[in-house]
Parts: sequence; structure tokens; C-alpha cells
Amino acid sequence: MDDVVPQTYTAVLAGEPSRPARQKGSLRIIQRRSTIAFVMCLPLIVIIAGLVVYPAFYSIFLSTLNRAQTRFLGLGNFTFLLSRDVFWMVVWQSAIFAISAVFFKALIGLITAHLINNLPSKGQRKWRGMLLVPWVIPLALSTLGWWWLFDPTHSAFNWIIRGLGGNEISWLSDPYWARFSVILVNIWYGAPFFLIMYLAALKSVPEQLYEAAAIDGANAWQRFVHITLPMMRNIIAITVLFSLIVTFANFDIVQIMTSGGPRNMTHVFATYAFLLGIRSGDIPLGAAVSLFMFPILAVSAVFILRGVRKRGKEIG
Amino acid sequence: MTADAVTVPSSRKVGVKSSLKRNRRWALIASYAFLIIFAIFFLTPPYYMIVTSFKSDAEVARMATNPWIIADGITLDQYKLLFTQTDFLIYFKNTAVVTVCVVVITMVVSVLAAFALGRMKFWGSSILATGIFLTYLVPDTLLFIPLFQIVRSLGLLNSYWSMVLVYPTLTVPFCTWIMIGYFQSIPKELDEAALIDGAGHMQMLLKIFIPVALPGIIAATIFAFTVSWAAFVYPMAFLYSSDQQVLTVGTVTSLIRADVYKWGMLMAGALVAAAPPLVIYAFLMDYYIAGLTAGATKG
Repeated sequence: MDDVVPQTYTAVLAGEPSRPARQKGSLRIIQRRSTIAFVMCLPLIVIIAGLVVYPAFYSIFLSTLNRAQTRFLGLGNFTFLLSRDVFWMVVWQSAIFAISAVFFKALIGLITAHLINNLPSKGQRKWRGMLLVPWVIPLALSTLGWWWLFDPTHSAFNWIIRGLGGNEISWLSDPYWARFSVILVNIWYGAPFFLIMYLAALKSVPEQLYEAAAIDGANAWQRFVHITLPMMRNIIAITVLFSLIVTFANFDIVQIMTSGGPRNMTHVFATYAFLLGIRSGDIPLGAAVSLFMFPILAVSAVFILRGVRKRGKEIG
Repeated sequence: MTADAVTVPSSRKVGVKSSLKRNRRWALIASYAFLIIFAIFFLTPPYYMIVTSFKSDAEVARMATNPWIIADGITLDQYKLLFTQTDFLIYFKNTAVVTVCVVVITMVVSVLAAFALGRMKFWGSSILATGIFLTYLVPDTLLFIPLFQIVRSLGLLNSYWSMVLVYPTLTVPFCTWIMIGYFQSIPKELDEAALIDGAGHMQMLLKIFIPVALPGIIAATIFAFTVSWAAFVYPMAFLYSSDQQVLTVGTVTSLIRADVYKWGMLMAGALVAAAPPLVIYAFLMDYYIAGLTAGATKG
């Protein structure tokens, strides 16, 4: 009951076959209808045009100005950034951060979804409810909790490590451990989302397929590779690409735990843009940094759109 | 194994069945064991936050004792301090005002648009639907710098009303998107019947579509609520004085002022700030999850 999800929304993108006009000859009614429909969409169009599309183009314009926004520099900000080692570190760190976090989120999501799916259906709800908690806590606040767990002098993890006889780890002041820590927090936060998506997708795989495979003597691993994975391929692709966008653009975790340090080694695009654009007041340079995110986002978006359309066709 | 069971005589079949049962039991035990490990990973931070928030400052600072338990007994001092000595309640009020406004704006805008897009085809409607989906994929970190300029030129910098202006960009696309789906799942016969009875479009929306699509409306409302409650980038960039600050940024930045971090109080603040989304989740989990999966996205 709780898994009933309307999937028909995809029909809009799947290109729902246009229905023959039912009121033949009453073109005026149809015209009036479409005027009303347009008026109903107007607030939405105003919001999207004024607060998403316009700022996006404005950002391109801003990025071509000098710091005081008085002179046109052309691509000056971009070439300046590309000549800086710190910027290249940000590029690499963003890529490492996003790719490794998304990989482990998807893996943990897939494993936990299967584990829950194995349980008797009565217990599934409880486990699902419990494991989704990281996703429900506002990220900024749970990151504060993680920060406290990583605290240099009082780290509760270090207390355990000490108890086991190991050496204390300086979680956030050693650059490599800091990188590990911000990725770990991202995995912790995002894996439950994958769990929920994959669990819903697992439920939509027809039971007969597994029964048929079992009769043919397929073992659990074969069933997973030859039935589950192909049936879920599309939803896996959509969630991975979507998560790639969100993770790539993540701000909260790095900003709160390390503010980009130590030695700028944990900066991602968003925090570096914040540092340059808002903290240091060089708005054009900050805009240029965040525009570097655009290509990867655009490519992912195209593939997501294709995946969603395909899924819409499969379902509807 | 089951393949054998089909062909072998029934006496052996029983044996195969019981071994299957045994296998299943082991699979179940293994599942529980691994789930417990994952549950520990997922619930450690919230657990540790709760534990810390009920400790005294002295116990928080003490290095020798086990930090994972409360040794000196539960104290509410941290919460008292939070509510009486800090601006926490101002942040809470600001976030509540912003969130209520954003949820109302979001639901009005997206229900109207979703009704038009899901039910009344018009020129450009499918392009607009695609556009909404793409807008939803644009992250806030791509837009906060140009929006900073825009908000500044409107004179709204350092005012929480600027949040009411910009948060809808985070909520409206997704809510419209899932509402289109819910509205399209309503049978066409219903609105034909209403049209024959002489109902106008508005009547149709209010009397038929909204009541029938209520689960979708609840899911979208929960989404709008949680997103605007948790938003961090925009307030971090646009708000700086304490009387205008919202919960997320206020807790993370402003409560950390003193030389010594008051971790007990910080954890108390984080927990109280996270409570409203958690309470909603606890009571409306099914709607929450339906909304999450309906987008086929967001992670």
C-alpha cells in the first residue's frame, strides 16, 4: 500500500500520444482552455524564468567582469582559474569526492535494499524506517554531529581506537583523512536514498521471473545478475546520475567540517566558489568557479532525461 | 535444487524442502546480522548527538571516561542554556515563518501548474514539462552567486524574506513534477463527468482533483517542508545578522562563538532543529517515501 507510486508522470516526457480532440469543431473552447492553462502555469513560469533561467545567464555575464564589476574581461576569469594549482586541486577533489561517494552510496543502497527485501514483509517497514533516518535529518545539522565525532581532542572514534590499542587519527586536520571524512559523511547521508529507490524498484520486478529462474536451476547470484540487474538497470542509472549531480554540487558537508582546509585540500566547487565569491567578495570569480560545474551537470541531465523517458515508456 | 524437486519422487522432495527451509533460515539470519551492522553505521551520529546533549559540560570535556554513554546521569542543562542564553528561539521562529510561506507558495504554484500541464494540453506544454524537470536538476550551488547579486539589488540581503523569495526554486520544480504524475493517474472519465455537469476548471480542480490526489499533495507538502527547513546554501550566503538567521546556519555558525565549543549545547540545538522533519517523518513515513520515489530521482 505504501509503495503505491504513480509512475504515470513519466508519460508527459514519454510523449503521451496526443488524444484526438474530443469536442470536434469547438476550436474556441480548446483555445480558451489553453489560455486558462497558460494562466495557471504563469506563476511557475515567472519563478523559473526569474529565479533560475535569468540568474543562470546573469552568472555567465558576471563571470566575464573584473572584481569591481566595472570592466569586461572576456574569458579572463576562466583562464586565471585554469592557471592556478588550487583550482585544479578543486577539480580533482570534486571528482574524487563525487565519484567515490556515489559509488559507495549505490553499493550500500543495493546491498541494504536486498537485505531488507529478504526479510519477512512484516519487518521490512521497521528496518526501512530506521535506515532512512540519516536522509531525514537536515544535512547541516547531522554534519555538525559528525564534526563532533571527529573532534580533534574529544573524538569518540579515537576513544575506541585508543581502547583497541591503535594510534589516534587526526580526522579533520590530516588532509587525506579529512578527504576520507567528508566522503564518509556524504555516503552516510546519501546511501539511504539509494536504499529506498532500489527497494521500490525491487518490488516492481515480477515474482514470476524469479520463480521461472528457480525452476531452471538458477542460483541466487545468477538470478541477481540475469534478472534483478537488467530489470533495475534504468532506475540504477537514473539514481546514480542524479546523485552524481547532487554530490558534485554538495556544499554543506565540506563547508561545515573543514571549510575547504587543511591546505585547501577538501575544497569542492561549491565551497571554493563560496570562498572566492562571497567570503572574499570577488563575485565574478566565484561565478566563474561555479560555472565550471555546468558541463558535467548538463551531460548528466541529458542522460537522466533519456532514462526517465525510457522508464516512462516501459511502465506506461 | 528446486529443479530436482520437480522430478524426484515425493519422499526425497520432503528432504529437499527442509534443506531449502534451512537455507532460507540461514539467509535470514545473515540478513539480520548485516542489517544490524548497517543500522549501527546509520544511527551512530544521531545516537551520539543525543547522548552528548544530555551530558553536563564537565562530562563532555572529560577525556578519560567512555564518551558513548552518560556516566553522570541525565541533565537538561544544555537545553535550558540553549533556550535561555542563545538566539536559538529567534532562528526557530524565522525558519518556521520562512518554511510556512514557502510551503504555501509552492503548493499553490505547483498544483495550479501541474493541473494545467497534466490535464489541459496547450502549446508548449510538453516543452515546459521537460523544462521543469531540467530546472529541478539545477543545484542551488550553481545559482547562489548570481542570486546574491539579485537579492542585493532588491535590498533583501540579510533579510529572511529573501529566503521566501529564493527557496521556491528548490521546491516548486519537484513538487510540480510529482503532482503532474498524480493528476495524470486520475481517470479521464472523472473530469468528463464534471464538465458535463457544468463544472468550470477551477471547480474541477478544487472539488475533484485535489481530494482525489490528496496523497500526492501530502507527499509534495512534506517535500517542500523538509527542503525549506533544511536549506543551507542560500541562508549561508545571504544572511549574516542574528535576528534574521535561520536554524541550520544559526546552529552551525552563530552558536559557535565562544573560544570553547559548547558541544553539549550545540548537539541539543542540532537535535531540536532537526526535530520537526523527524516528527513529520515518524508520522507520515509512507507519504514521505512515496514522494521520494515518485521523482525517480533526488539523492
